[in-house]
Amino acid sequence: MKDLTTNDLAATTFAVRASGRKALVAYLMAGYPDERTFEDLVKASVDAGCDIVEVGIPFSDPIADGPVIQAAATAALSRGVTLRSTLSQVARLSARVPLVAMSYINPILRMGVDAFADAARESGVSGLILPDVSFEESDAFRPALTARGLAYIDLVAPTSDDARLRAIACASSGFVYLVSVTGVTGVRNALPAGVTELAGRVRTATETPVYVGFGVSTPELAAELAPCADGVIIGSRLMQLAGDGHPGEAGRRVGDFLAGARKAIDAAADSPERTTTPPAHSC
Amino acid sequence: MSRGRFGAYGGQFVPETVMTCLLELEAAYAAARGDAEFERELGELLSKYVGRPTPLYRATRFEAAIGTRARIYLKREDLNHTGAHKINNCVGQALLARRMGKKRLVAETGAGQHGVATATVAALFGMECTVYMGEVDMARQRPNVLRMRLLGATIVPVTSGSRTLKDATNETIRDWVTNVRTTHYIIGSTVGPHPYPTIVRDFQSIIGREARAQIIQVEERLPSDVVACVGGGSNAMGIFSAFIPDAKVRLFGVEAAGSEHGQAATLNTGTPGVLHGAYSYLIQDENGQVGAAHSVAAGLDYPGVGPEHSMLKDSGRVSYERANDADALAAFQTLARSEGILPALEPSHALAFAKRHFGRDADDNTLVIVNLSGRGDKDMDSIAELLP
Repeated sequence: MKDLTTNDLAATTFAVRASGRKALVAYLMAGYPDERTFEDLVKASVDAGCDIVEVGIPFSDPIADGPVIQAAATAALSRGVTLRSTLSQVARLSARVPLVAMSYINPILRMGVDAFADAARESGVSGLILPDVSFEESDAFRPALTARGLAYIDLVAPTSDDARLRAIACASSGFVYLVSVTGVTGVRNALPAGVTELAGRVRTATETPVYVGFGVSTPELAAELAPCADGVIIGSRLMQLAGDGHPGEAGRRVGDFLAGARKAIDAAADSPERTTTPPAHSC
Repeated sequence: MSRGRFGAYGGQFVPETVMTCLLELEAAYAAARGDAEFERELGELLSKYVGRPTPLYRATRFEAAIGTRARIYLKREDLNHTGAHKINNCVGQALLARRMGKKRLVAETGAGQHGVATATVAALFGMECTVYMGEVDMARQRPNVLRMRLLGATIVPVTSGSRTLKDATNETIRDWVTNVRTTHYIIGSTVGPHPYPTIVRDFQSIIGREARAQIIQVEERLPSDVVACVGGGSNAMGIFSAFIPDAKVRLFGVEAAGSEHGQAATLNTGTPGVLHGAYSYLIQDENGQVGAAHSVAAGLDYPGVGPEHSMLKDSGRVSYERANDADALAAFQTLARSEGILPALEPSHALAFAKRHFGRDADDNTLVIVNLSGRGDKDMDSIAELLP
């Protein structure tokens, strides 16, 4: 059997699961609302109990993102934020938790896949999510990352059939990103239908932890989702909090929200009737 | 394993959410093309509803006006129902959508011709229709906005980014990702993820098949040159596809060189990258951010191009040339005054190249087909502003 903990990110995600906790992941757009506040937000997220921080790389044409993250990307781009500037900034942060980058493929192609992988490794980034690279296209990018000990994190969706779901879940390293909803990122108020069943299918397919994202907008929703998965990812709601109000207070707003989510997730995980049975694996 | 490549270009750079749908579309298309009933129905719609075949018309007074010795024929796609070549693809894709059980169509539109064609087939097939259109384009192609509304479509103004075709396409993809179970996305050009560039080219290839047969019938020979404008590149792939195997036929794709406000000559000035699901030439900066395009022709105002064109550029089979806003406007006027035909601003770029190129470089053996991909009625507002 292949060793699933060969990269730093997997070491963290498997350790979090072994500890009996559910992971909390914060998505933050690089350089939003400005570069200094972004650093505050990373620190606030870690202090609030996030296990991983996902750093969004701004792109001009983010087809998998809803209005909130689009607007954050546009704002970051207008401030001159780039993939290179983000990697340099991340290197200076020396965050206490793993950072993963989420980027559309074009900025990485422009930099060069190998050059990116080298720079990411040097800056301390431990994984990459490419929302517009299908599983079919991933062969061109996966080896460059995994050869350097970086996780290549695949996404599965409610529309993925069983064969795709199994193939993708087995290929993903670090964690599997489960897209909760047929749609784009955004702030939503209800749990999408079928997400629990979907998460169950993915967890049956792989030993790699499964994290749910897209539309996780309240501590209550995070707590509802956490028992069916190994972690939850919160993005659009954080970017809304970061952008609405004085930047000097953004760290507190985001930190308070995440601390609430942390508490709600931990409470849900402790309640015995909500715990799920350990998954079986077919990889 | 990457699929749907034209040389190095193409592929499927899309969120996982729509991959199953793309696989279904590919299978449905393969099945349809092997089905005599599908071909019969498509052929019948093209002849009885769209009005095909379109004429191949020799523009002798245009020849005289530009002072050329070449014989210049126009492939009159402007005479199709709805006024452009876009309907060829929409009729085919609507039949596919029906086979797949989809009840709703979404489309992006720049000039509005593809939006009108999609709204038209939605009405014909009794489907719901939403069209995304940039605010800038809604203002400069106002008649088409009204036409789409009259046909029962919902028009969603796109206010992000450049507020033109690129951002309308982003918004359509987001709608499709969200409603993929019930909705078919009719992409209007030979762009997007596989299998779209192939499907759109195939449905448009009737232009080239007809033109090839027509020129042989009239002139008893193949043309020396074929000219078409290139935005995303569907009218060009439609006419080029029939002549690509004829190595002696020179093929010219004409991109928009714009003005001092910018340009949209993607193959002439871009570099390869990924936009809207495919790897192809792209106007982008050194950080991989997609640039703003500019053209007086809304249908050419796009920073990407179809992947098959990228391959044809690299192989040298097609020469990609440029015409700017001013030259296109001048060619528009020349054709209007000499032939009594108001071309759309998009094919006015092809006419501008023909005027420049064959006006000085032609002999008695030069036999040209220009694809007149659409009519200019939609452009009256912008032309009224631009002409003295």
